[in-house]
Amino acid sequence: MPDFDVLVLGGGPAGVNAALAASAAGLKVALFDENTAAGGQVYRAPIDASVPLTGGRQPGDALRHELAQSAVATYFNHVVWAVTTDYRVDASGPAGPMHCTGRALIVATGTTERVVPFDGWTTPGVIGLAAATILLKSQGILPGRSTLVAGCGPLLAAVAAKTLEGGGKVEAIADMAGLGDWGRTLPAMVSRPDLMLEGFHWWREIRRAGVPILSRHTIVKVEQARDGLLATLAPCDAAGRPVAGKRRSVVADCIAVGHGLTPSTEITRLLRAEHRYSRQAGGWIAVADQDGRTSRPRLYVAGDGAGIAGAAAASHHGTLAGLACAIDLDATETTQFRSRVPAVRQLHVKAARFGRAMAQLMALRPGHVDSVGPQTIVCRCEDVTRAEIDAACDAGAHDVNQLKAWTRCGMGPCQGRTCADVAAELLAARVHGGLREPAGCFSARTPLRPMTVEALTGDFSYDDIPIPKAAPL
Amino acid sequence: MNQAMTTAFDAAVIGGGVMGCTTALFLARAGMRVAVIERDALCRGASGVNAGTLTLHMTRAALVPYAIRAWKMWMNTGAWLGHGVLATAAPGLSLAFTEHEKTLLQQRAAARREYGAQIDLLDRDAALAVEPGLNPAVLQAAYCATDGFASAYLTGRAYHAALREAGVHIFEQTPATRIDRVAGMYQVSGPDDAIHIDATRLVMAGGVWLEPLLAMLGINIPVKTLVNQLIVTERMPPVMQSVLSIANGLLSMKQFANGSVLIGGGWQGIGDRERGGVETVPDNLIGNLRLAQHVIPALAKARVARIWLGLESETADAMPMIGALPGLANVWVIGCVHSGYTSGPYMGKLLAQAMLGEEPELPLFDPARLVVPAAALTQSHREKTE
Repeated sequence: MPDFDVLVLGGGPAGVNAALAASAAGLKVALFDENTAAGGQVYRAPIDASVPLTGGRQPGDALRHELAQSAVATYFNHVVWAVTTDYRVDASGPAGPMHCTGRALIVATGTTERVVPFDGWTTPGVIGLAAATILLKSQGILPGRSTLVAGCGPLLAAVAAKTLEGGGKVEAIADMAGLGDWGRTLPAMVSRPDLMLEGFHWWREIRRAGVPILSRHTIVKVEQARDGLLATLAPCDAAGRPVAGKRRSVVADCIAVGHGLTPSTEITRLLRAEHRYSRQAGGWIAVADQDGRTSRPRLYVAGDGAGIAGAAAASHHGTLAGLACAIDLDATETTQFRSRVPAVRQLHVKAARFGRAMAQLMALRPGHVDSVGPQTIVCRCEDVTRAEIDAACDAGAHDVNQLKAWTRCGMGPCQGRTCADVAAELLAARVHGGLREPAGCFSARTPLRPMTVEALTGDFSYDDIPIPKAAPL
Repeated sequence: MNQAMTTAFDAAVIGGGVMGCTTALFLARAGMRVAVIERDALCRGASGVNAGTLTLHMTRAALVPYAIRAWKMWMNTGAWLGHGVLATAAPGLSLAFTEHEKTLLQQRAAARREYGAQIDLLDRDAALAVEPGLNPAVLQAAYCATDGFASAYLTGRAYHAALREAGVHIFEQTPATRIDRVAGMYQVSGPDDAIHIDATRLVMAGGVWLEPLLAMLGINIPVKTLVNQLIVTERMPPVMQSVLSIANGLLSMKQFANGSVLIGGGWQGIGDRERGGVETVPDNLIGNLRLAQHVIPALAKARVARIWLGLESETADAMPMIGALPGLANVWVIGCVHSGYTSGPYMGKLLAQAMLGEEPELPLFDPARLVVPAAALTQSHREKTE
């Protein structure tokens, strides 16, 4: 007898709404997240009341309030490190290791930020746009006294505006997209005027502060200078490749850089659900219907982890997955849950239209990856350079797991979360004419996060170890 | 794509693990035109995901003479392979923590000594002198200087390069789906008949997939699949300098030059040859880690980076099958060698010697003893293996 009807992994807008929908249908639901509170990345909660209030926190507070009022059992501060095919979840929490089982599993694990390597990207002080967001939202801390914001997508404006709001200095914004790229998102943007206005508000604040905005520029190098980090910016083409033109130098003590988001699919890959590659959606995603049903029975995906469509869409997608789960588990005799689905689908489509337009700006640019220099480190856990990856490809490495074995690229503590997309893109370009499917993706492995041995072993004596029978002599 | 190789090969090796690849390498060096046909990538099965232990402590006693010779090959890959796998010699200690384990340790050391393994018994203090990080609760240790480890994940890259240099044709991502006799030759076909490879001689080297591969030739030899769990930690300061195991063979542990510690020993996970390693059994994971932490207490603070599963093949008597297959001309089999990574290259070299008409330096392991008549197979085999 499973402990719960539904286990929800991830407490962002998708996970919380999935849990709420399933719980409202009478199912016994547990929700896990490694953070201290619900909200995910976009609706991230401040760590305590002393964190100064910055705007835009209301949706997160509403989400947390609704969750607190519900019957959902919540496991915050719990790091999930294993999930099995019979939907047993093993986690490490404040009270030590624990596990529980569910009849169904909803995976709402969001995304990982992508950084396309450049010389000096591993220098201390170079952080992700998402990391800067965490500092600002959760800790109320400026990423630096002066910050250079670089990369692509709506996070550029969000980080710059929040830095300014917190009293920080933004030296410049280097945006790989051009004005035309933003212009093309306008038709989709009008589907969510509220979000469009939020974006306009950010850009207005940035203009008002006189922050230089370098359109179609990319960061090509970071060096340690006496007075901070010295970044070199270059103009780039639509494919993200640096082109001839004036190089600009910017000195800042923090460089916040991000090149888009990739869906976090470790759990669905671990469970061997079917996946497909979609550049627009951010990379490899689980094959799923519009309500999040995957190829595995009673396994659902929701939110950006199912393909980048933004936080607003994630809320509705979570509700859809929760309802789908309720319907599939025969949670209710009435038709009221079934009848809710079409309206939620409509809201989701509308919000996703906006989010996907933003995702378009963040999609991996092939020319950008191709411009990574031979001596630039691609896998920062194992210090594997582009040249080593190219050499392995030329020696016959056919897919990324073979590449991993030959070079240790992706073998380090991050399990390849940071380098996987770029390493696969490099291999695909060199071996498969740019096709990502035959390049594959790294096999997902437990533990999903590194775990200390003692966190797994607990207290024991030698006699407690169930040593199997001796190997043949 | 319908690819028919225009010229027939002198030998086609089905299965690109250490044993198949070494056989192919020595055949090619002797002048044969050789193909290696591999369902995945070279040495990405057991040969690439095993613990890399090069030890006599876990080798079956009768295989010790083979393992000693193979150990020398691993430690000297420059001389015959031309590419390394970071093989490192280190003392091997097999440990006893209980009186029962002490007895086991003594019996096993004696049995292996009879086959030529230089194994000495050390008391607690002597063991701690070799390995200061040991749990001082240790009672006795068996010490062997012929021990060490390799980084198994590098095996594919090393053999890939060596086979290419020797002129071997490598067919990766090519599972053999059918074997026919065509005009006195063997024809190996891939999925949907997309590829046909003709060869005069066949070597069946498919590891856990040997059972279905041999069935394509009408030979029934049951092959059991072990699903071994492996655990690697993040890099950490030095906590051990020897290769550690326990008396009954259910632990193997070593720290690589990069600081990561690899923990194995054959604790079982869930999987099979159709699906590969599917998932770890949490209780077995915890058991294996507890054993490791008991042996080296400093491992408590290590962070586990990755856990995976590797498939190991085993015959009914847990001894290898290496030699000509009965009733078929020019077909050989090689596989199911206990501690097969340690002994693999030497086994491949022996089979190549036999195929080239030479007298192998040491005897092969006749597969005929393992053949089960088809009728008997359907009745009794399944419950035995599953």
